[in-house]
Amino acid sequence: MTTSSDSAARHPDAASRVTVSRGPWATAVGRILRQPSAIIALVVLALIIAATAAAPIYAEYVSRTNPFATALSAKIWLDGQEVLVIQPVTEGLGLGTIPIGPTWGPQYLVGSDSLGRDVMARILYGGQNSLFIAGIATTISLVFALLVGLCAGFFGGIVDTVLTRLLDVVWAFPVFLLATSLSVVTIGRSFDFGLFEIRADSIIIPVLIIGIVNIPYIARPVRAQTIQVRQSEFVTAARGIGVPSWRILLIDVVPNVLPILIVFAPITVAISMILESSLSFLSIGVQAPESSWGTIIRENQPLLYSRPWTTLAPGLAIVLTVVMLNLLGDVVRDAFDPRMKQED
Amino acid sequence: MQRMLLGAMVGATLVAGMPAFAQDTDRSTLMTAHRGGKLTLLAPGFDGSIDPQIAYDELTWQIHAVVYDQLLTFQKADGEASNVVVPDLAEALPEVSDDGRTLTFKLRRGIRFSNGAEVTTADVRASFERMFKVASPTSDKFYTGIVGADACVAERASCSLEKGIEIDPATNTVTFHLVAPDAEFLSKVAMFHASIVPADTPPTDQGVVPPLGTGPYMITEYDPATGLTAVRNPEFKEWSVEAQPDGYVDEIHYTFGLDSNSALNAVLNNQADWMFHRVPTERLGEISASYSDRAHIHNEVSYWLAPMNTTIPPFNDVRVRQALAYAVDRAALVNQYGGPNLATPICQHLPVGIPGHVDFCDYTVNPGTTWSGPDMDRARALIAEAGVAGQKVTVFGDDRHNVRENALYLQSLLTELGFDAEVKILSDSLYWNYINNTENKVQMSVHRWMLDYPEPGNFIGALFTCANIREASSSNVNLSGFCDPTLEQMIADANTATLKDRAAGAEAWAKIDRYVTENAPAVPLYQPKILDVFSSRVGGAPIAFSGLASVTLSSLWVQ
Repeated sequence: MTTSSDSAARHPDAASRVTVSRGPWATAVGRILRQPSAIIALVVLALIIAATAAAPIYAEYVSRTNPFATALSAKIWLDGQEVLVIQPVTEGLGLGTIPIGPTWGPQYLVGSDSLGRDVMARILYGGQNSLFIAGIATTISLVFALLVGLCAGFFGGIVDTVLTRLLDVVWAFPVFLLATSLSVVTIGRSFDFGLFEIRADSIIIPVLIIGIVNIPYIARPVRAQTIQVRQSEFVTAARGIGVPSWRILLIDVVPNVLPILIVFAPITVAISMILESSLSFLSIGVQAPESSWGTIIRENQPLLYSRPWTTLAPGLAIVLTVVMLNLLGDVVRDAFDPRMKQED
Repeated sequence: MQRMLLGAMVGATLVAGMPAFAQDTDRSTLMTAHRGGKLTLLAPGFDGSIDPQIAYDELTWQIHAVVYDQLLTFQKADGEASNVVVPDLAEALPEVSDDGRTLTFKLRRGIRFSNGAEVTTADVRASFERMFKVASPTSDKFYTGIVGADACVAERASCSLEKGIEIDPATNTVTFHLVAPDAEFLSKVAMFHASIVPADTPPTDQGVVPPLGTGPYMITEYDPATGLTAVRNPEFKEWSVEAQPDGYVDEIHYTFGLDSNSALNAVLNNQADWMFHRVPTERLGEISASYSDRAHIHNEVSYWLAPMNTTIPPFNDVRVRQALAYAVDRAALVNQYGGPNLATPICQHLPVGIPGHVDFCDYTVNPGTTWSGPDMDRARALIAEAGVAGQKVTVFGDDRHNVRENALYLQSLLTELGFDAEVKILSDSLYWNYINNTENKVQMSVHRWMLDYPEPGNFIGALFTCANIREASSSNVNLSGFCDPTLEQMIADANTATLKDRAAGAEAWAKIDRYVTENAPAVPLYQPKILDVFSSRVGGAPIAFSGLASVTLSSLWVQ
């Protein structure tokens, strides 16, 4: 395959006659950066990542609490008064207690959970886990989807049949049943692989589950695109001049398939975050006292009536992140769409 | 009994604000004035079989209390009176002979099952045999003292208790022969698993088909997915107000499936009369402030505890176990449960309401009769002395409210005391079977222990004796693995003392309670109370809270 710049180099005269166009990647990046929605999404995502990275600083210097330790008898200063974090109800029969918050101040900004822990600090720490799980799971999905889709699409025949059926199985398998089954099997035990061991409460397990279940969604379009490229004239020409298959795959097919992965990446991160929340909600995934946005929602669900911000805040964090990722995904998709070229 | 399965509501009603709960001793007047109507109840759902010799949960026992009878029963009364064993199908308490090995009951005449057949002595023996044939959950725990019962446990299908239970239709007597005297046998006879059903009831779990009973109501419809209906038993004639009073309402209907918040909304809106669900913790304040006139608080004979595995480090050192007992902030846990009006700190293993209970608390900053605060200095000193700081400890809890919070609290506390502590929260459906299986080597867990019958042996005897360590089995209830020859002898002596004099027996159990508490196989945390909320039309005189089966349905009226 040649580019217009290659052509210009070989034919110096042509350089003066043709407009030197940028490569497809540079074009796409240019299109993305021209979209205000993409800029907004990137900035917001950067802020979210920065905020979660700053969780230890927030816990130590702002909320001044340990978000992983219970504080049932803790007191804080609020409006010049020392108050209990878990406050007893004094009306009527004097039954029940209610966690403090939201104070909209440094400590217990959005309130306390039923164990006296600062929910905002837990949200920031939880974001680390949620983003980590979603990020790594997405990477797993993309890498394996690329491998499977390329092999199935390029080699065809029995390889395609086997891999496609395998994808069907993964696609059809109920993810929550798989996750629940795994959790039952791994209670108090570890997966011992000889060289390394995965503990039952390791976040590697939800990462793997999420990563694997998302593979078919990406592998299928990768396979379709690979078949299309395989049948293209330049690949036929390459075969004709005896270029080895692995070289065709790496040099000609992969670069044409990569845009699909780039389009899927933000959407898969968003899907993974929602899946992680659901898995955590089922007690699979991030284990107490650690947190993720999903676990914080689950923990504080009983407080929905009295302290709604303790569930709304992590819910909003998920929504904001997913919306931004979807926004970015839309822009990236458009940027790699050849039909958009006319608009450049 | 297994932690969450049974409730034991015993104790005085603490709140009785509305006029409908007024006391009135003229029962016939009340029966005339309030008879009729339909009682509408809400529940998450029964645990499974409706068979009285199989069912082992508080909710099923609630309806069984007004459908089935035993030779003896716990008095249908409010408060500690509901601990008292009274004659039910038997005319009186049994005549005891042969140093407590023989008990003779005389059966009342004229009591009929809901099909009109009279209850006979043959029904009594057949019911006890059926208990073994259907593998009743407590058959191999409580009734093996009957002569011949061991063979029934070994060969259930062919169980015969002819030697252990002699019947004489002519005199209408039933005589039990025991292998050894059993100070708690009368309470065991009063349990729901010892309900008397017709002799021709199939010797298999009847599932959703209720066997015939003798109580004031009979179950006409039962679908575990949707609900249960019971109507008046046309054959019922009240023979003992204490044992089995007639009910006020004509029909009782349970609807299953609502969650606790929805159920509470329905009761508060008078769409239902009562809910089995516990009031959600976050709505206690609302009930407290706005519905106090429809709320009842009563003591529960149960307690929350954190068993420590005494067979493996670090809890194989008594100093470490005592350190935890000193360090636990019970007031904080009480607050987490719902506040001091809904739970009381407890330092011992016989809760209030059980014979032998004497208030004491050594594991506190100012030892005395009550808990006064955690003693962290003492706890740290004991841990330093034991040299176990830094050791790994895993606390297990399940995902239900309170269990989870208690487990997380204990993990934080252990970390604060210098352990490398972690917590594992399991699904509710897996938790109990996991923590009680010795193969899992659970170091520490949290659960609530509720009684099968209100005797000390059902607490200390069940939780901390060698016989209840069942290796590699999910029926092991001695989660601490505590097996102490001194304790075994003390319990045997207490049983002997109880047979002669219950007061002397109670004193012996009080000493046992101290001994066990000193050895700290578990950390007692708090004794809870129960909050019930009723619709505004419900009344009773008074509403009775059974020791085993929650609110006594025959004590409620709706009109």
